[in-house]
Amino acid sequence: MSKSILTRRNVLQTGAAAGAGLALPTILTAGSHSGYTNAPTGNTVTLGFNVPQTGAYADEGADELRAYMLAVEHLNGEGDGGMLNTFSSKTLEGNGILGKKVEYVTGDTQTKSDAARASAKSMIEKDGAVMITGGSSSGVAIAVQGLCQEAGVIFMAGLTHSNDTTGKDKKANGFRHFFNGYMSAAALAPVLQARYGSDRNAYHLTADYTWGWTQEESIAAATEAMGWNTVNKVRTPLKATDFSSYIAPVLNSGADVLVLNHYGGNMVNSLTNAVQFGLRDKVVNNKNFEIIVPLYSRLMAKGAGANVKGIFGSTNWHWSLQDEGSKAFVKSFGTKYGFPPSQAAHTVYCQTLLYADACNRAGTFNPCGVGEALEGFEFDGLGNGKTLYRADDHQCFKDVLVVKGKENPTSEFDLLEIVEVTPMEQVKYAPDHPMFAGGDLGACNPGA
Amino acid sequence: MDAIILQILNGLDKGSAYALIALGLTLIFGTLGVVNFAHGALFVIGAFCAVTLNRIFSISFATTDPTKVDFLGNPATIKTTYLEHWFGAGPAAWMTDWSVPLAILLAIPIMLLVGVIMERGLIKHFYKRPHADQILVTFGLAIVLQEIIKFFYGANPIQTAPPDVFIGTMDLGIWLGFEANAIAYPYWRMVYFLFSTVIIGGVFAFLQFTTFGMVVRAGMADRETVGLLGIDIDKRFTITFAIAATVAGLAGVMYTPITPPTYDIGVELLVLSFVVVVVGGMGSLPGAVLAGFLLGIVESFASMNEVKNILPGIDQIIVYLMAIIVILVRPRGLMGRKGVMED
Repeated sequence: MSKSILTRRNVLQTGAAAGAGLALPTILTAGSHSGYTNAPTGNTVTLGFNVPQTGAYADEGADELRAYMLAVEHLNGEGDGGMLNTFSSKTLEGNGILGKKVEYVTGDTQTKSDAARASAKSMIEKDGAVMITGGSSSGVAIAVQGLCQEAGVIFMAGLTHSNDTTGKDKKANGFRHFFNGYMSAAALAPVLQARYGSDRNAYHLTADYTWGWTQEESIAAATEAMGWNTVNKVRTPLKATDFSSYIAPVLNSGADVLVLNHYGGNMVNSLTNAVQFGLRDKVVNNKNFEIIVPLYSRLMAKGAGANVKGIFGSTNWHWSLQDEGSKAFVKSFGTKYGFPPSQAAHTVYCQTLLYADACNRAGTFNPCGVGEALEGFEFDGLGNGKTLYRADDHQCFKDVLVVKGKENPTSEFDLLEIVEVTPMEQVKYAPDHPMFAGGDLGACNPGA
Repeated sequence: MDAIILQILNGLDKGSAYALIALGLTLIFGTLGVVNFAHGALFVIGAFCAVTLNRIFSISFATTDPTKVDFLGNPATIKTTYLEHWFGAGPAAWMTDWSVPLAILLAIPIMLLVGVIMERGLIKHFYKRPHADQILVTFGLAIVLQEIIKFFYGANPIQTAPPDVFIGTMDLGIWLGFEANAIAYPYWRMVYFLFSTVIIGGVFAFLQFTTFGMVVRAGMADRETVGLLGIDIDKRFTITFAIAATVAGLAGVMYTPITPPTYDIGVELLVLSFVVVVVGGMGSLPGAVLAGFLLGIVESFASMNEVKNILPGIDQIIVYLMAIIVILVRPRGLMGRKGVMED
């Protein structure tokens, strides 16, 4: 029978050996030998497309996924090349990214923050995604952006319009191509003043979450600055489907404008209810009652049907634009899928190309190198005219489209008409603007 | 005052939908003892019967028009509906315009069939299982049905208009001595309220004044004794399940012009309707109807700015708050029967 003698030296040696053993798998999978999370080692690179595949925004997510697949096709040298041919930066030659073939994995955000974080985490940890992109909700974008910052990968946001995404919740690893609530307000206000005058009483119905709050704040500030009075701001539950209880008080409130700070199903339902209650036929204060939908989407306009006719709003991009980039993208997408792309599809396609180009210019997939390449990057040819990825907050600045529901559509896709292309200078703001204050980009995190 | 009347009207309208779904839930629970979490999906199937009929009327053939181009610059395709091709422009336009009311004719056989298949094919196997099992299986069924609908129709709301004659608002203010347009209420919402009262009245009359209804009511009270009398109560309960499914389906058909249907619209209504059933009293049909309208009105009042200014967020919890108060004060609900779910 042997007797073991436990000494301090034994304990230290055993502890060190066990610690090293436990740490080994993490060290290998984290790719720390390259100094950043999920450094690609073979001849492929994996991107993570995190879009709503179920839930209320599943159709928008499906369109995003189509655009992602098209972007991958073009990056790998297949198809007609789409906007690779019109993009002002010429590093993308159809040979993947940094010579590595682009592969992708997909996740389902379900338009729920926790589910979106879980799917992003899985794509980073299990599938080795070096970049996460996508989404169709600001709540989700902010949640996933935070996760990517912690994990040390780049997050290229999809459709997110809240000021907070690049405001108080901005992160060094996160980048947004889509416009925001402030920009919508800055573009819309002059058009509304020209059409409806300076003496108006506006009533806001607002979806009760980060996007709704910041859009309401932006629109109210912009319209009040031109002389409008804000009669009331009413928050509505995100899950609401019947807005009649919220619309009825508008009727006798003295308001002559209703601003619907709603998106998706909320927008379709609240607009439908507002039209049902005859708001568009009302005359208040000797003026025709008007409805405004600050953020439009063609997919949602389709849901709202004839109710959108003549209603003003704003959008990030529209398939009817006639610049070379837009035409190339619409041709590529339309030929492959049989219908024109949505603004969600456009923004995620652009984000994929911008990420790929930044990697090529930086000569690395290291998020800090990619981030540096994106910061202050000026480009053209992606459908929005000259665009700047501002270094201070990682927000893209570009022209904004003011649109109106088309009175006489010529096809099922011809739902919105562009009223004005508002120049970038008019929608620009200082990085420390109060509506975007309170956040800090922090330092880039390469992970591992 | 005009604001209060408007909210009462809104409450009656919302209550109509709650009452119709709760009525079906109570019928199923009272007869079969099954807590049917798939009932909201039946409402959705009904709603999509209206969408489907509209799409059937829109089936078209394409011809090329070389004088016009599509979004890619190719010669445009012009679509003509078969309806127009066969019956002419006038009748085709009329049928498309009235597609929602006409969808009732489509929904009745479909919902009866769905009800029978659901009960015979799945739910009958869970009669003697605990309520938790019934909830799990019916909840799972609801998810499957929703996903099937989403597969075919997508996730976005689908606009389904009422007939042109019902578009617009009725000026009730003038009738009630108020200023013109002070109380303007949409025609279709009034149609929905009237429709729901007819359906509710029809179900009650059917149960009260027919032999079939008498047997069902007897079965609800004492299933064993009715069985001992040689009556095939199971067959009647299957038909009752189908009737409950049809009531939910018709509620869905007529609701489509109020809120453009989505595949998941039934979930919210189902949760609220369960609260309605509990507040009304498990197994009580009049209780379900009463609670449906009551909670609809209370929910509408809670959405008023004057109320929300005092109690922010009350509109989001009022229904559940009411349920807590009612259950604390009257544990069996407003009109609950003794012995139901008390073992």
